[in-house]
Amino acid sequence: MSGQEIVFTLLGVAAVGSAVLVVTTRRLVHAALWLVVSFGALAGGYLVLTAEFVAWVQVLIYVGAVIVLLLFGIMLTRAPIGESADLDSGNRWAALAVSAATAAVLVTVMVMGFRDERMPLRAGGGSAEELGAAVFRTWVLPFEVLSVLLLASLVGAIVLSRSDIGPGGDTAPGDGVKPGAETASGGDGVRGADVAPGRDVAPGQGED
Amino acid sequence: MHLAYPTVVAALLFSAGVYGVLARRNAILVLMSVELMLNAVNLNLVTFDVWYRDRLHGGQVLTLFTIVIAAAEVGLGLAIVLLVFRNRKMIDIDRLRTLAEEEDAARPRPAEPEAEPEAVDAR
Repeated sequence: MSGQEIVFTLLGVAAVGSAVLVVTTRRLVHAALWLVVSFGALAGGYLVLTAEFVAWVQVLIYVGAVIVLLLFGIMLTRAPIGESADLDSGNRWAALAVSAATAAVLVTVMVMGFRDERMPLRAGGGSAEELGAAVFRTWVLPFEVLSVLLLASLVGAIVLSRSDIGPGGDTAPGDGVKPGAETASGGDGVRGADVAPGRDVAPGQGED
Repeated sequence: MHLAYPTVVAALLFSAGVYGVLARRNAILVLMSVELMLNAVNLNLVTFDVWYRDRLHGGQVLTLFTIVIAAAEVGLGLAIVLLVFRNRKMIDIDRLRTLAEEEDAARPRPAEPEAEPEAVDAR
């Protein structure tokens, strides 16, 4: 067992252990914070695997951006800070069985398939220079398509989260056939007309 | 390095994510578990990229793409979760059964049609 394998085993134990804590803890905020530990340990694993650029992108995007987004989501949904009793649904034993079966099958396949394969770890294999050349020479078309996808998801997130855009823009096509809504699908000026049927639709609307 | 170490770590991470998706009730926790599964896939991609010594670095570049897609997914997912929260005042996945089949037509449903986003600014 070489030094790289020892370091990777420690990082892997940290990543898997904190991932298990993410899915079993009773506090929502702690789940997000354990996710930081898990992703950080995975970034360390990428460093051991000589994928430096991926490691730093992981730190920047996952630990920096995604966790902050998740924390904002926890905050905006007014989750309780302390322990909450009902974070697990009723089918957790079935879920445990399914995930144990998944783990058994995957670990068995991986260990039996790659039992005596070793990989060469060569420094600089995943540096920013190599990856930049690969992205902008070979994979430049998927890169551009991905930027369009990011733009589309950004527009989608804005449209979903703004509530003052007209009903033509942010509702599913099926909603257009509602009486009273199809004539109003033009603009914002009729918003008061369809707030009124919406008010008795949303539960718990009267208590705030 | 032996190939079994990263692949076993990836498999265990993936099954932790599977457990989280199936067992958790809060929608944000389900999103976190999806992120765990995506990270397991990323670890596999990087591992096999290093193993094949891919000159085009397909695995690592695809890992970057997956990270970007995961960021887009969590952004959209949180937007949807916040929309559900504004309309229903809760994000328990077990109780969001408006799209379910007929067998629970007897139970009191929280909303007769799918609640519109415009119901929000009545607050």
